[in-house]
Amino acid sequence: MHPTSEADLADAIATAKGALRIQGGATRDIGAPVIGTALSTQGLDGIVDYEPGALTLVARAGTPLAQIEAALAAEGQRLPFEPMDHRPVLGTKGTPTIGGVVAANVSGPRRVQVGACRDFLLGARFVDGAGRVLKNGGRVMKNVTGYDLVKLMAGSFGTLGVITEVSFKVLPIPETQVTLAFSGHDPARAVAAMAAALSSPFEVSGAAWVQGQTLLRLEGMERSVAYRVGALAERLKPYGQAEHIQGTAAGAIWQTVRDAHALVGCETLWRVSLKPSDAPAFLAAVDPDHQLKCQIDWGGGLIWLGAESAENAADTHASLRGEIASRGGHVTLLKAPTALRTSLAVFQPEPPAAAALARALRQRFDPKAILNPGLMG
Amino acid sequence: MEMPAPNPAVLALKPRLVARLQEVLAPDAVIHDEAETRAYECDALTAYRCPPLCAVLPSTTQQVSDVLRICHEMGVPVVPRGSGTSLAGGALPTADSVILGVARMNDVLEVDYDNRFVRVQSGRTNLSVTGAVEADGFFYAPDPSSQLACAISGNIAMNSGGAHCLKYGVTTNNLLGVTMVLMDGTVLELGGAHMDAPGLDFLGVICGSEGQLGVVTEATLRILPKPEGARPVLMGYDSNEVAGQVVSDIIKAGVLPVAIEFMDRPCIRATEAFAKAGYPDCEALLIVEVEGSDDEISEQLALITDIARRHNPVELREAADEDQARRIWLGRKSAFGAMGQINDYMCLDGTIPVSQLPYVLRRIGEMSQQYGLGVGNVFHAGDGNMHPLILFDANKPGDLERCEAFGADILRLCVEVGGCLTGEHGVGIEKRDLMVDQFAPDDLDIQMAVKDVFDPKWLLNPAKVFPLAASEPRRQAQIAAE
Repeated sequence: MHPTSEADLADAIATAKGALRIQGGATRDIGAPVIGTALSTQGLDGIVDYEPGALTLVARAGTPLAQIEAALAAEGQRLPFEPMDHRPVLGTKGTPTIGGVVAANVSGPRRVQVGACRDFLLGARFVDGAGRVLKNGGRVMKNVTGYDLVKLMAGSFGTLGVITEVSFKVLPIPETQVTLAFSGHDPARAVAAMAAALSSPFEVSGAAWVQGQTLLRLEGMERSVAYRVGALAERLKPYGQAEHIQGTAAGAIWQTVRDAHALVGCETLWRVSLKPSDAPAFLAAVDPDHQLKCQIDWGGGLIWLGAESAENAADTHASLRGEIASRGGHVTLLKAPTALRTSLAVFQPEPPAAAALARALRQRFDPKAILNPGLMG
Repeated sequence: MEMPAPNPAVLALKPRLVARLQEVLAPDAVIHDEAETRAYECDALTAYRCPPLCAVLPSTTQQVSDVLRICHEMGVPVVPRGSGTSLAGGALPTADSVILGVARMNDVLEVDYDNRFVRVQSGRTNLSVTGAVEADGFFYAPDPSSQLACAISGNIAMNSGGAHCLKYGVTTNNLLGVTMVLMDGTVLELGGAHMDAPGLDFLGVICGSEGQLGVVTEATLRILPKPEGARPVLMGYDSNEVAGQVVSDIIKAGVLPVAIEFMDRPCIRATEAFAKAGYPDCEALLIVEVEGSDDEISEQLALITDIARRHNPVELREAADEDQARRIWLGRKSAFGAMGQINDYMCLDGTIPVSQLPYVLRRIGEMSQQYGLGVGNVFHAGDGNMHPLILFDANKPGDLERCEAFGADILRLCVEVGGCLTGEHGVGIEKRDLMVDQFAPDDLDIQMAVKDVFDPKWLLNPAKVFPLAASEPRRQAQIAAE
């Protein structure tokens, strides 16, 4: 199904006889496999309103992300949360849409400083499982009118409703960026260096560890960045001499971090969200022999782990879940052969009270249980 | 503002209820004497008052759970209360409700600089969260103007903002986790020191739910390293249009000030008479503040003052030192007090798209003439969050009603131009009946469905947020079942 208007989409859902597999550009095949009729939002296309002077943008869900980023860039602005492109690691094709970004609450390295997709989402229109067209939030930056269902829709993977339109707070693109790169760090040293950087007043907008290098990004006005780079390098002297990477070269590095290039080609992929300072001990426990490919982002708060083959995936999965249980946080099985994504819980099972609330909410938003049923467990 | 009639069956339960509450709480934590319950008869929306059935002041999450379980079993409504600073009537009781105050729960439970968070009991005041970490160079960003008194629990309930949220966001953007008790006594842990939700984003919907989904007893809050310094610049213009254009140009230029505050002439005159901050007598005044090291501040201010000059300001004053900075902020920070000196006032909180600022200010001026009530405007211009202060005389019959009608018209105007009823104060009872102007019946129904899930009996703060007519079937179903 490929509706070209919100009304048609609502009609398709209201009259649906069975399960629907909701997709935007189908580039983020995440979650337990859903069997059902494909319902695409790509026909709902176009930027509805963009006010650079108010830092707000409204677009229909099927609008290609690239189109939005180009429109923003023309005014020297951007989506601050730096949404990742999942195509390289997931091996998918297609055109990422803004609705898909919201449905999966997709954020990149800058999340550690400015917040996630959900933090910049001001409003949403969506169609619930009964076919009702609903709206929540708006297009203004501060809004506490009624419950914030906008946050609830972000990251709900189409299981509460099909998003038809979204509005965002956007921010200016800074004049310049510089990245400090420290070599020869193991995870423990990297996380310590990143904590020191993020606890400084120098506004670090990216803190990642990839292939033995700790990367710290500073963005802003020319003179300001120059000052902060010097001050930060001085403060981080105990962690070694940093190489300074400027301009487009720095931009390219952060794109590879954002898209987790270090894990491209892995057949199984996990995403671990945890307390940043727990990252080194977590890694030491689950992968003492460095068998897995690994990238750390968000100063330690996000670990990507990948295995080239899916052979021991079930065991690794169990050990990751076991280790996170004692620490707090969660593990998502982001990529695996279909059979494994069916048999293993892709999303971290929640404690009984939270799971009961989630079930009851889905029942209210999707009484016929037709919207991506079972995708989130 | 109408409130539902108290349920006589619940009123009759008082002796048994008090006895059961006394079994789980310290003797001085159950307030049931009629003279003493008066202390809880209103919040900062003082035009509406009603003493509760009783008030309880638990000290632990377990006690909160016990209280809620008892009230749940007996079918007694509960109104959670932080410090009672709500301007929207969020903590206004009904005669048949129990006030659950978290004021005794104000400890700092954990401070973690490596991971940049602090975990506190929810009764702790906003400013004292920063107080607990500032000696080590950190702060908690949301700064509502009541921050000296307001509690984190209330900040979470209303998703409070403040003057600096253009850069740092509001409460929801700085909240990492909560311990929350559901109406049936279930204790729930959501979020924590990690950065995103494992499944549905419950934290996002709890923040701003006005105490209707659960009672938050502990909160994990993001703290930030303090900037090296901050400096404001003051600029005056002879028209609101021009000042609005300056705001838009600053934002478009790519600098992101931490605050852009706006005051109009009535407000400038009132604060000048009251605080003598030395403000120019002009149509519109802007205070723009930037942060960073000295050099960074100078670099940003140079860009901002360039833009300001292009629009022919009647005054442009950069703070050269701490004392001048303080004086620039002095008037803005005294604005509410100054207006209060003139008369009683009602403070509104609608948000509008920034581009609509001149039009909305002009319309407010016209309406002020029609209603014969003065109004001053002071607000966060960077994010379009307005705070019109309507002056009225509480002792003059009919004035409050006229003021409320005027306020409702302003809020409808905010919605009409693409904005919303409330930017940071919450709906409470104050804007409850205007929700139909912003939301279609289905939009309200899906929100109420969320409450159905968290609080199936509709006992938590039941007469708030939703128009009484819209929530009545759900509230009545509960009363009928008891």
